[in-house]
Amino acid sequence: MDRLLDVRGLQTAQLGPLDLQLQAGELVQITGPSGSGKSLLLRAIADLDPSRGTVRLLGRDRERIAPTDWRRQVAYVPAETAWWAETVREHFPAGWHPDQAGSWLERFSLPEEALGWEIERLSSGERQRLGLLRAFLNRPRILLLDEPTANLDLENTRRIERAVRSYLAETEAGALWVSHDTLQRGRLGGRVLEIRDRRLVA
Amino acid sequence: MSVISLGAVDLALAALLVLALAGLTLWARLAVGRSLLIAAVRTVLQLLLVGLVLQTLFDHAQLGWVALMAAVMLLVAGYEVMARQERRFAGVWGYGIGTATMFVSAFAVTVLALTTMVGPSPWWEPQYAIPLLGMLLGNTMTGIALGLDRLTQAVWRERRVIEGRLALGDSWLCATSTMRREAARSGLMPTINAMAAAGVVSLPGMMTGQILAGVAPVEAVKYQILIMFLIAAGTGFGALGAVWLASVRLFDQRSRLRLDRLHPGRR
Repeated sequence: MDRLLDVRGLQTAQLGPLDLQLQAGELVQITGPSGSGKSLLLRAIADLDPSRGTVRLLGRDRERIAPTDWRRQVAYVPAETAWWAETVREHFPAGWHPDQAGSWLERFSLPEEALGWEIERLSSGERQRLGLLRAFLNRPRILLLDEPTANLDLENTRRIERAVRSYLAETEAGALWVSHDTLQRGRLGGRVLEIRDRRLVA
Repeated sequence: MSVISLGAVDLALAALLVLALAGLTLWARLAVGRSLLIAAVRTVLQLLLVGLVLQTLFDHAQLGWVALMAAVMLLVAGYEVMARQERRFAGVWGYGIGTATMFVSAFAVTVLALTTMVGPSPWWEPQYAIPLLGMLLGNTMTGIALGLDRLTQAVWRERRVIEGRLALGDSWLCATSTMRREAARSGLMPTINAMAAAGVVSLPGMMTGQILAGVAPVEAVKYQILIMFLIAAGTGFGALGAVWLASVRLFDQRSRLRLDRLHPGRR
């Protein structure tokens, strides 16, 4: 069977060449000192920054998948999610209905009215939970999580950890989670890779 | 047509007014007296020079010389567009986008007007071609510079939103639609405002000039309407084209936002 994600010889100006494999349902944590290129690694895989090397999703080469399709399947979620319209609903696909997302609103501890909320009045915890939910709606096969809980309190952090775990269990998706919180490392479990001198080490 | 020719004494009298103003600013310690006088001297020298060039051009009306003059005007306008950018494109694009879109819009509209509307003979008659092209370049230059500057500034400021939308699977067109629309609109606004205020708030310069030169006001108005429409078309097509070219250049074939193709801000 093809690997879920297979990265070979990935190289940017500041990073690599490095290899990385991810199995279905697997969560791999990425750590490393600040400035070591953790975000750059995720951005390169999401194809937001130019890079060399091959990246395959279930055996299919990235270059053969249209950029928009690629980024829907390989979802990059930054530490601070971006919002551009006035209310939450405008940031979700047109014609989308909460029922379609099953119980995701509930699992993120968000009420159904949350869709009508104004962006200006969201707390950082609500923003991140809604931002992750928004990414889930594309049914990505890979989650690239760039310190998604960096500015959150413990309660919100744990909500997000649980939601990601249950998403992976249900959809057989994989995740790369950048974090430098050692307590979180213990809670999340799974393989931990560190970026050191442009390379990934176990 | 009758023009009252101005003599040296007439100009000297006008110059006295400027000198008087310079004296007043000196007395009021505004510290602009020097730049005022330098600017006045530059006006005299530059206009005399351009007058001589135009006189020579009119005397030796050949397509080659007219084309050369037009090319110089275009290249200077292209430089001016680039100089007005806070964040300009690196490499040949910094100069190329503005110059290319002005070439297409201002040149094409001028040639169209000369061959089908004004119809001098030959069609490149410098007395018509050069002033027409000058007015078109001057206005398209402003529109294109504004549109480009708005676009690159907005994309720079909103890069997080653009990349956030790309990451969600939006196309680059979708992720920049608001910014592209606003940039194109700001390039068009000066022309729309000028058309709306024409004759009510201000008497357009060209019309005023023709009236001073003895042309019947109704004739002058017809020319002014023609020019206004040409300017609107040239500026509009130019600004739209420049904003489109620039936004294409801001993304690569994998729809990645390439801000590295812009020079960092000058401030």
